[in-house]
Amino acid sequence: MWDPIWITVKLAFITTLILLIIGTPIAWWLARSKAWWKEGVAAIVALPIVLPPTVMGFYLLIALGPDSPIGQLTTQLFGRALPFTFAGIVVGSVIYSMPFVIQPIRNAFEAIGERPLEVAATLRASPLDTFFSVALPLARPGLLTGAVLGFAHTVGEFGVILMIGGNIPGETKVLSVAIYDHVEALEWGQAHILSAGLLIFSFIVILSMMVMEKKLGRRLK
Amino acid sequence: MMSEMNSTDGIVARFSGSLDSFDLSAEFTLPRKGVTALFGRSGCGKTTVLRCLAGLSQMEQGFLSVKGHVWQDERKFIPIHKRPVGFVFQEASLFAHLSVKDNLVFGQKRTVGNGQVIELDEIITLLGLEHLLSRSVHKLSGGERQRIAIGRALLSGPELLLMDEPLAGLDKFSKDEIIPYLDRLFKGLDIPVIFVSHDTEEVERLADNMILMDQGKVVAMGPLSEVLSNPTLYIAKGPKTSSVIDVEVAVFSEIDRITEVKFDGGVLQIPGQLGRVGSKHRISIAANDVSLAREKPSETTILNVIPTKVLHIHLLDGGRVNLLLLIGHQSKKDGAKFLARITQRSLRKFDFSVGQDIYAQIKSVSMVGGSQTV
Repeated sequence: MWDPIWITVKLAFITTLILLIIGTPIAWWLARSKAWWKEGVAAIVALPIVLPPTVMGFYLLIALGPDSPIGQLTTQLFGRALPFTFAGIVVGSVIYSMPFVIQPIRNAFEAIGERPLEVAATLRASPLDTFFSVALPLARPGLLTGAVLGFAHTVGEFGVILMIGGNIPGETKVLSVAIYDHVEALEWGQAHILSAGLLIFSFIVILSMMVMEKKLGRRLK
Repeated sequence: MMSEMNSTDGIVARFSGSLDSFDLSAEFTLPRKGVTALFGRSGCGKTTVLRCLAGLSQMEQGFLSVKGHVWQDERKFIPIHKRPVGFVFQEASLFAHLSVKDNLVFGQKRTVGNGQVIELDEIITLLGLEHLLSRSVHKLSGGERQRIAIGRALLSGPELLLMDEPLAGLDKFSKDEIIPYLDRLFKGLDIPVIFVSHDTEEVERLADNMILMDQGKVVAMGPLSEVLSNPTLYIAKGPKTSSVIDVEVAVFSEIDRITEVKFDGGVLQIPGQLGRVGSKHRISIAANDVSLAREKPSETTILNVIPTKVLHIHLLDGGRVNLLLLIGHQSKKDGAKFLARITQRSLRKFDFSVGQDIYAQIKSVSMVGGSQTV
């Protein structure tokens, strides 16, 4: 029972970390750019919200498979293609949870407005300096929301993982897949324990996020 | 490099082009020291000019040199964060995630160039910030926030201080509280200060020079007293038109409590004790408080009856007329100039003309404190 929990936590943690690192610059660009095509990029980022997970999983399976260019590259680099590995489900989760991390961060950056950035520039802060010493700290509530949503969303992922990760115990078998297995095998007791655990976890996450957001928001107002 | 150098050691600025469908064509030069008010009606382009000086906005065509260094020309545009300017916005815009002290030193830590170095302690004393340091930026009054923003800008070691209507967002009470600080601060500064304003009172109080703008153009610039007493400008047409004169306390009479002040070309008597002998002040004379006479009136209760010469007559709407008068024309050196506002009927009746010697009776004089260049 502990294997799926450990894999799920590890997956969610790594996915969130990657998304904060690559999602924050994307969110910044989406918030600040005046390029006419930026809403197109925003739509691509938001696509996983509406796309059925099986559709996404199917395309990922093809894109990452051993016959694809990406698959050939990963085979050369790591000796194998990504589907049915832990790295594969990380890639899937990063794409699948991306909108849940980027959107709140983008909103937080947009809420800062032009003025604090102009002030920083008149105080000799370079654009990069301004980003780290003014924009990021002021966007803290959004970063927090993004991280929590990204983590929670990855924990609850099912379809994409089943498509590209399969159901390999100790490698790609996460909680949601384990619950499905238990139900299939009519092990209702096990399914109850894991499901109730996830229910409570989700409630606590959402509640603490709301409380923290309120607190942070008040402090920055 | 020759092109880097400029003959003047002050500020030379030229901006033209359009920004957000607003046409601007402004050109001016300023001395290397002193406080200049960028004055005009709202929407005349004064804030745009200030933003161009800072590098926050860029015009299609622009030239800017400060103390011989070119900041902008056809080929070059030094970005904002590399310009040694201090900028104070209309709203204090303190960083919400930093303490008062961290706000103050934000720019100090990033100083570039060789602007005036001011220590943190000095700023804290000058702006009265001691008791604010430990407070949260969210628990400050408007005036306190603006004082911190001004201190923050100055600590960045600017070679030029720019302020965009720094007092406009404040209520009367906060304004009265902050003006003495500004006054004191400006006097100690060795760098040029340019502030945008549409409030005459503020300008009379703080500025040495004035750039008057109208519809995206500079219509007049020069020492404050000269611009304010130019009878042809639109600011001379309003109901509250006044002129300023920088004076020095000469004598105070204990018996009837009258202070006599002297200035270029004459003396004025003002009720009350204005300050110790030798102290410098700025006074303001409302054009409506001046009446004129061809002969020296022998019987009048008005204390200040001054011989003047008519320099200019400018007819206004509504049957009124502005006269520019020169004091002290009989002495070797020309003295102060000020405006008188009378009716066109009086003008005809007494047949005043340019070049004529007449007497001005000044009914009241008000103190504006002010920042005098010594």
